[in-house]
Formats: sequence, C-alpha cells, structure tokens
Amino acid sequence: MILYDLLIAPFADFGFMRRALITCLALSTSAGPIGTLLLLRRMSLVGDTLSHAVMPGAAAGFLIAGLSLPAMSFGGFLAGVSVALLSGLVARNTVLKEDASFAGFYLIALASGVALVSLRGSSVDLMHLLFGTILAIDDEALMLVATIATFSTAVLALIWRALILDSLDPAFLRALGGHGGLWHGIFMLLMVLNLVAGFQALGTLMSVGLMMLPAAAARFWARDAGQMALVAAGIAALSSTIGLIISFHADLPSGPAIILVAGAIQVTSLLIGPHGSVRAEGRRHRHLAG
Amino acid sequence: MGTCALGCGVTPQLDKIGQPLKPADEIRLRDVTIAYGGHPAVHHISGAFSPGSLTAILGPNGAGKSSLLKGLAGLKPLSGGRIDFGTLRRQDIGYLPQQSECDRTFPVSVQDFVALGAVARVGLFRAISRSDHDRARSALARVGLQGFERRILSELSTGQFQRVLFARLIVQDTPIILLDEPFNAVDARTTDDLIAMVRDWHRQSRTVIIVLHDNELARRLCPTSLVIARDILAWGPTQDALSANVLARARQMAEAWDDNAPVCAGPDDLRPDAA
Repeated sequence: MILYDLLIAPFADFGFMRRALITCLALSTSAGPIGTLLLLRRMSLVGDTLSHAVMPGAAAGFLIAGLSLPAMSFGGFLAGVSVALLSGLVARNTVLKEDASFAGFYLIALASGVALVSLRGSSVDLMHLLFGTILAIDDEALMLVATIATFSTAVLALIWRALILDSLDPAFLRALGGHGGLWHGIFMLLMVLNLVAGFQALGTLMSVGLMMLPAAAARFWARDAGQMALVAAGIAALSSTIGLIISFHADLPSGPAIILVAGAIQVTSLLIGPHGSVRAEGRRHRHLAG
Repeated sequence: MGTCALGCGVTPQLDKIGQPLKPADEIRLRDVTIAYGGHPAVHHISGAFSPGSLTAILGPNGAGKSSLLKGLAGLKPLSGGRIDFGTLRRQDIGYLPQQSECDRTFPVSVQDFVALGAVARVGLFRAISRSDHDRARSALARVGLQGFERRILSELSTGQFQRVLFARLIVQDTPIILLDEPFNAVDARTTDDLIAMVRDWHRQSRTVIIVLHDNELARRLCPTSLVIARDILAWGPTQDALSANVLARARQMAEAWDDNAPVCAGPDDLRPDAA
C-alpha cells in the first residue's frame, strides 16, 4: 500500500499529474533520437543555445498575450529558428566560429528573456518559464506536445540515414550527391520544435536536458546509433516518470526534478556502463597490461 | 527495384561472374583545369580512360594527382574544361579519398557501415535489403574480415579500417572505382590483400584509377599509367609512360614550380599547346 501511495496514487488521484506524465512520455519519444543525433553530431552546445533562444520569444508571447500557450509557443519557435539562422550566418560570414557565435546569442537570449518577463510578470512567472510548471499543462498543451513528438519522430525516421551518413562520413554522402546542409537544416527545425514542446513541462532552461542527458547516458549502454536512440528514449521516459513522482512528493518544480533524475542515471552510466565507461575502460587497460 | 539482376538467389551472381551492374563507359577529359585558391593544381588535361582500364596516376608531390581524382569524383568543381562519363551518373563512381573524413569514433557496427555502400543504389530513403546485408557479409569475408560483422568501427586498426572501406566499395558495386593512395599507412599484408582486390575489379572489367606514389607498384599492378606534373607528361602503357626520360622531366618540373602561378584557364581559353 505504501508503494501504491508513493508511485501510483499521484497519477491515479490527480488529472494534472496524468497529463504531465503523458506529455513527458511523448516528449521522451522524440527527445531520445534528437539527443542521440545532437551528441553524435557534436552539437551539444548548439542544443543548449537554442533552448535559451526559445526564451525571449516565449517571453514576448507572454507579454503580449499573457499565459497563452499558442502565443508563447509560436514566439519561442520564431526566436529559436532566428537564432539558429543568425548563428549559421555569423559563422559563415565572419571570423567568429560557430561555437563562439552560439555562445554569444545564448547569453543575449537569456538576458533579454529574463528582462522581458520582469517587465510585466512576477518572479513566479519567471520561475515557471525557466523551470516549467506541470500545473499549466492542459489538454490543449498535451495535444500540442503529442503532435510535435509524433511529427518529429516520423520525420527523423525518414531522414535518419542521411543524418547518420552526414556525421559518420560526410565525404561519402557528398560523393553520392547528397546535400548534408538540407538534412542539417531540417534537424535544427525539429530540435527547435521539440524545445518549444518541452518548455511547458520542463522550462526553457531544462528542456534541452531531456535530450542531452539520456543520450549521453545511452552512449555507455548502446553499441550503435540506433540502439542509442532507443535506450535514450527509454531513459528519458524513466527519468520523467521518477522525476514527476519526486516533484509531487517533495513539492519541487518538475523540470529540475526530472533533469536531476536523468543526471543521476547519466553519472551512474558513465561509471558502470558496459561501453567506454570508467569501469569498462579500466577493465580494458588491465586486460592490455596483463 | 532492379537489384534482382544481381541475383536474389542463395548465392548472388555477383560472386560468380563479378560483373558490375552497369558496364563501365569511357571517361573523356576535355581541357580539364582544377584550381585551388586561384592557383592551378591541374592544368588543361585532355584524354580518355577507356572502359575497363586500370590506370595509375603518378607524379611528384603537388602535381595535382588528388585534385584530378577529386575532380573525377565530382567533389572538386572544375575551373575549366569538362569530364564526360557517357551514360554513367555520379552514383556509378566509387571513390576512396586518401584521408577518409570518416568519424571513426561513431558508434556503428562494421556490418552496418559496409552495408551503407548500398546507398549508392537504393538512395537515402529506401530500405537496405537483406540481400544487401548478405553482400556486405560476403564483402567482409572477401577482404579477410570474416567474424568482424558485429564489431564497432572504433575497435578496428588502421589496416582493418582500410579493408572495411574496400568492402564498402565492393557493396557499392560501381563500374568506376577511384582510389587515392589506398596503400598508404597500411601494413604489407593488408597491402597485398587490397592489391588482390584491385586485380579482381580489373578482371571484372571495371574502370579503376589509382593515385600512387610508388612507381614499382604501378609497374606491377597497372597496365596503364598517367604521369602528371600539373600538365600531362605521359599517358599510355606503363612501360612507356614510366620511361627514365619522363621521370626525369617530372622531377625537373617539380623543382621549377612557382606555386603562385596565376590560372590562365577560362573555359574558353583554349590553348593548343596545352594537351
């Protein structure tokens, strides 16, 4: 009975917890493969930047229309895509490398986002935007998230091979006449979409965490990229479920609770996972020495 | 889908006959110039690789050997002239760069990596079929890596990785194969095995063009040789092309190079004395 109270009751008794759970499980489905590609394409910083870039757009939506999901999502999407395009342009046309221009935009976006919310909202609104609030997830939000997750997963399945080849062996893709840039662009769009989908439940600061941490953990359990995407989605779903339960009982914001659980899984994986972890590498060196 | 021409049966016909799906066509170069940063690497080259020929491209360092190969592979735009592949398309060319841009830490199994050679035929979206995976397995066996299917790329040595790249070329099954210094940095046994592969491809009437720096190897392996030092010095049967006379001239030209020579070639700027 104690287990029931601890694990099942929050979801059985409260509709907002059920909606939050379904939302997070949907998010996890697409966050797994997106995080895997982010990691394998060495774009972790890009993911971080775009998640911050979503913020001023969402804040502007909030300023104009209040706590309206369509306005905030649309604003966030617009801001994310603009920063992605601008950073690409700056990297291509100036001496600044892509990582530096992304870091620059990331700071500007964060500062302007916080400033915008502070203009009119309370510090509670700011906290909600940054770290998420599951209380705000209504049926409309749930539908939006589920639609984005389904769409993203389907598109990723379609362009998966192109994206893999583009990072595994770009010269081979070019020799076959493939255009890496096109797939990269679609991938960036999907990433912004998913960050927008995630900020209700996780907050703009945390939503990239559901992509990065499970994928980083999965690297230590999976042998190839396909397995990695599946394991990452599984870890994301597990973190979401446990994180929501903790946030319910400990009265924590949902975003940090979920990300902390994912972080704990990541640290555990890097210590004891079967591939490339501290333990696995240690064993290999002992084997080579012996 | 057309792959049944290769045999959908138990043993793919490819292994019995070994002919590529499409026969090779003549590759005609007309006044080809390739420049890097405004300076010519390859200068007004004209001539033809006949179908099924096995040609070594030789020349001093900086002679434009790799540039010419990249131009043939469609990876380097020509600053002048044109290359005519007849009926063949870009997907019909298998190209192995000198330094693979491959991310060898990428988590992918050897089997899957080799099977990706089939993308040349099925494209980026259609499924890689079971028969493609069978071909990948037999290609791995052919390059001496039986039992490596489930290994991941990062577990391979340099020599084993080069064998894997050759296996992918086998799966690509292209009528034209371009190799840029494929025996660099691999051990003697691997070199011998890979040379055997090249001989197989030649027997199967594929057009094979290899950039080499080893004249002896060219004499042993390639019936035809093309010696360039930005311009063509000789192109023909290897014994004639690698005469002492030609080699001495190649050395001279390499010493006399001005790396900042301007490009003189516009597409219309035909020079009768160039080829």
